[in-house]
Amino acid sequence: MSVLVYTESEQGAFKKAAFEVASYAKAVANQLGTTVTAVAINVNDVSALGNYGVDKVLNISNTQLDNFNANAYASAIKEAAEKESAQVVVVSSTADSKYLAPLLAVSLNAGYTSNVVEAPSSKSPFTVKRTAFTNKAFEMTQINTAIKIVGVSNNAFGLVENTGSASAEDFSPSIPDLGVTVESVDKATDKVTIADAEIVVSGGRGLKGPENWDMIEELADVLGAATACSKPVSDLGWRPHSEHVGQTGKPVASNLYIAIGISGAIQHLAGINASKVKVVINTDSEAPFFKAADYGVVGDAFQVVPELIEKLKAFKAQQ
Amino acid sequence: MKILVCISHVPDTTSKINFSDDNTKFDTTGVQFVINPNDEFGLTRAMWFKEKQGAQVTVVNVGGAETEPTLRKALAIGADDAIRVNTPATDGFSVAKQLTSVINSGGYDLVIAGRESIDYNGGMVPGMIAGLTNANFVNNCIGLEVDGTSAKAVREIDGGKETVSTSLPLVIGGQKGLVEESDLRIPNMRGIMMARKKPLNVVEPVGTSAETASVSFEKPTPKGAVTLVSPDNIDELVNLLHNEAKVI
Repeated sequence: MSVLVYTESEQGAFKKAAFEVASYAKAVANQLGTTVTAVAINVNDVSALGNYGVDKVLNISNTQLDNFNANAYASAIKEAAEKESAQVVVVSSTADSKYLAPLLAVSLNAGYTSNVVEAPSSKSPFTVKRTAFTNKAFEMTQINTAIKIVGVSNNAFGLVENTGSASAEDFSPSIPDLGVTVESVDKATDKVTIADAEIVVSGGRGLKGPENWDMIEELADVLGAATACSKPVSDLGWRPHSEHVGQTGKPVASNLYIAIGISGAIQHLAGINASKVKVVINTDSEAPFFKAADYGVVGDAFQVVPELIEKLKAFKAQQ
Repeated sequence: MKILVCISHVPDTTSKINFSDDNTKFDTTGVQFVINPNDEFGLTRAMWFKEKQGAQVTVVNVGGAETEPTLRKALAIGADDAIRVNTPATDGFSVAKQLTSVINSGGYDLVIAGRESIDYNGGMVPGMIAGLTNANFVNNCIGLEVDGTSAKAVREIDGGKETVSTSLPLVIGGQKGLVEESDLRIPNMRGIMMARKKPLNVVEPVGTSAETASVSFEKPTPKGAVTLVSPDNIDELVNLLHNEAKVI
């Protein structure tokens, strides 16, 4: 018996979400009085997992798994779960983990609960708190199967450091029929993604046109932030759909969310509500976003944003 | 090609969310229900396959009789027929098992479901259907072409997209991008009239057990008032974000 965690990586290095799910898995293992085993796929150095409570790493190296494939990854995790007699399997909320988790649930005949924000409130019945209605509410959910799969929300549980060390063991699961083959990948490697970003800078229709996004990009650069936009902006084609955040777009759970020229429709606020600190810059003091924000500036974005960029540059230079 | 589009019956995106029965049930009082937006993008793509490639499109929902207006709307948009599995949608796994039974008896080549519903946000039904029916599966799908039994799909990934090739039978977890917002169709009067005559078959559920159970709900604690900073004092904003919020 153990808690198994899938620690996701990219180009040989762990994603930030990997350390968060490892921290979560450790909390569950403490409750159940057992140990944490991680599954890592094509990672160069797995030792960092020990700092987050992982006791053992099943280390998979296989060039067939260089590209993410949900069938193959789910099958590898299933084999690991059976080998370790895992009672609980922990995954993250990245696009890849959300892709593979339902397949894993079917193959392990396990109940799966996504978007979990806290450690289990009870181990029997196994009960977790998750977000529902796109962050408009929380739902307490019981998982009643022998094996349970928990999908942890990004940036919700946080990182918990531990003073341990993880032993590594080579693991060679069988590779099933892939079913889906990657032909090409189109990905900006130099930009922070909305999913990984600590800070997100987001623009709305108040910016008047796509030609005015330079200052949004510059503000994001200064802060090391990802850029995002409201639904009307992506529908108008000013920005790509991949930047649309909100109820029907991407969810945001950053530490800081800066909304510029966004009035704050209920669907937008739902999608960004999991962010910890929200700043709004808008000319209209009646904009609903001011009710949802921590800090607000009632002012013209074309004046405030360039000034904020200057002040932040000075601040960064001082640090 | 036979296409099944899975339709979730969800509260409109502008709905205020409240709970009843000691916070154990979603309070539907005054709530307007719609086709789940992620499903509607898929349904609209299915209409393209119907018009360009002669596909036959069936829509399905797992739920009580109160969900039928949502299915009728899908018929008015242009689906050929509808199936309602007559049981409340409890958890994702049991919904997936009900849909699997419909898929196995109907012999569909392509199953399109939304990436997630906007009510419970489980995000598990499309993947579970694929697992249960041994079909290929592409999640977060933002582009789909089918040629004979082979398919080319575009999947949104964190920070970009990837193009994949696969084959039928196929399950898609769809979202915006499969079609554009401006491609969505508002049913016209003729569509609404025709939808009344199209078959809506009610089938009884297969026996399943729920793997997960919703126990109770709570709403987020209300936020404190916003701290306003003058546009002439942006230094103060930087100071607050650094010293008070500690996020920069």
